[in-house]
Amino acid sequence: MHDTGIRVEKLRKRYGKGDTAVDALKGVDMQVSPGEVVGLIGPSGSGKTTMLKCLGAVIEPTDGRMTLGDEVIYDNGWRIKDLRALRRDKIGFVFQAPYLIPFLDVTDNVALLPMLAGRSNADSRKRAMELLDALDVGHRARAMPSQLSGGEQQRVSIARALVNHPPVILADEPTAPLDSVRALAVIRILNQMARQYETAIIVVTHDEKIIPTFKRIYHIRDGHTHEEAGEGRTFE
Amino acid sequence: MINLAGRDIQHAWGKFIFTGVGLGLLIGVTLTMAGVYRGMVDDAMVLLDNSAADLWVVQKDTLGPYAEPSSVQDDLYRGLLGMPGVARAANVTYLTMQVRQGERDVRAMVVGVVPGDLGQPGQPRYLVDGRHISRSHYEAVADVTAGFSLGDRLRIRRNDYTVVGLTRRMVSSGGDPMVFIPLKDAQEAQFLKDNDALVQQRRRTAANPAFNRPEVPGLLDAVIASQSANPHVNAVLVQIKPGHTPDEVAGPIRRWKRLQVYTRAEMQEILIGKLIATSARQIGMFLVILAIVSAAIVAFIIYTLTLGKIREIAVLKLIGTRNRTIAGMILQQAVGLGVLGFVVGKIAATFWAGIFPKYVLLLPGDAVRGIVAVVVMCALASLLAIHAALKVDPAEAIGG
Repeated sequence: MHDTGIRVEKLRKRYGKGDTAVDALKGVDMQVSPGEVVGLIGPSGSGKTTMLKCLGAVIEPTDGRMTLGDEVIYDNGWRIKDLRALRRDKIGFVFQAPYLIPFLDVTDNVALLPMLAGRSNADSRKRAMELLDALDVGHRARAMPSQLSGGEQQRVSIARALVNHPPVILADEPTAPLDSVRALAVIRILNQMARQYETAIIVVTHDEKIIPTFKRIYHIRDGHTHEEAGEGRTFE
Repeated sequence: MINLAGRDIQHAWGKFIFTGVGLGLLIGVTLTMAGVYRGMVDDAMVLLDNSAADLWVVQKDTLGPYAEPSSVQDDLYRGLLGMPGVARAANVTYLTMQVRQGERDVRAMVVGVVPGDLGQPGQPRYLVDGRHISRSHYEAVADVTAGFSLGDRLRIRRNDYTVVGLTRRMVSSGGDPMVFIPLKDAQEAQFLKDNDALVQQRRRTAANPAFNRPEVPGLLDAVIASQSANPHVNAVLVQIKPGHTPDEVAGPIRRWKRLQVYTRAEMQEILIGKLIATSARQIGMFLVILAIVSAAIVAFIIYTLTLGKIREIAVLKLIGTRNRTIAGMILQQAVGLGVLGFVVGKIAATFWAGIFPKYVLLLPGDAVRGIVAVVVMCALASLLAIHAALKVDPAEAIGG
């Protein structure tokens, strides 16, 4: 159970210095509660990827404040020390392509994260199997990624993102390579998992098919975010 | 924790095995080159061992019978036998030449030894078939690598010899098989002139009034006889009595006989330090180049394999994998590749060493040094790939 999800206040990111400096983010605000799935949309070059990288603790913002659960990650130039451990324990990633490790089977692709966090192999695999079963890919547990369909691979990558029970999951165009049916299935799974594990999920997308499914949407344009209510369509 | 390197190898085992075999063949060549050098040194040592000598008495100011021409009188050994500390002394001649057998000929070192009296220095120390030379003429004992069989007839200069015995590992410092013949025959073979030259020499001698003096009958015949005989040998091999050191026996011989005397250590230095030194440096250079090429290939392979996994490495880093885990994965794969390559190389070298025309000696010590060198080389070669992997930005996994 996570109390506050993720909160971003006046986050700025500047690339370069002097005359050549570019402000990719110009003081964005965002707040996503546990169990909520929000969309982050915007045209190319609007700052979506920079936003995602800052949220994912991959690059440091120039300024602003970000909290994850109860923990302050950035605060006006200060940051927590171990970003690698933060990414491992507190942030889940779902990518446009599943990017599963090709030489690990499905179970170990998911179990790798808790193992990296120091959990035992048996416990890690048990947690992985629970999630794989929940995502309906438990029957492919011993398969290699190359033996899975695109939809199965994406579900395994969602299981990997969830396995350490992070307070936030960042999904980067998770439905881009999928057809409508599979894209909506992925969104349904994300919503289900967000509720089940009390995880805040931010979905960066261009995909018109899934935009109507979000209850809240952050539009990002020219380095600023604008929040608006989404249609929140259901798709049972 | 999962062994990432092992899983990656397991997943792409075909590529790993083929790469390892390719590298292994290269390592096999490197080990073989080391074996060729060791074989050369061993041939030189065998030459010394088989002579069973403690001292080599040779012509003054020469390096002895193996490195330079040396000529001493063939009755010198009698005087040496009277020197303090000398147990045995025997004449010996060495002559590298083509030995004919029917239509084929073999490059061999023909050694003239005193027949009979087994145990004399210079004689073949043991036989694998047949018997030792017992007659003073026209018998031979040959090393098996010469390809002769018992009873074969060999032609050395104008004389035919019957192979009466076969020996093993009796080779020159150049690896040529030895053919032992009686000393008198070897002396004759060494300075044998053709018939025309003999006739010319006799004519010249007869035309010389100093030798052809009517008032001294028989002088001309005596002079011609002395010109036809060869009273020289290349060296006298000496065995010393127990309780004496080579140096204390060699000292008086140098002083009183005015000859060059080499101990075994000195002769070893001549053979290895002078005679095969250039060849050894040549092989050493080849070894160094092969090692550098092998290291470059390992580095290239590991680097290429790593570049093929950049996206996976970015994902691993993004999800929180430590740098040392990723570096360990690459290092383990590089070392694994090296160990596989070494095993393949060792097997290959062992297999093909036997078909080399000269002796290739693969020492266990060289194998141990080889595996250590391969592991170190692979570890160093992986640094480039590790550097590339550690430079991968985890952000590459996000947003393309």
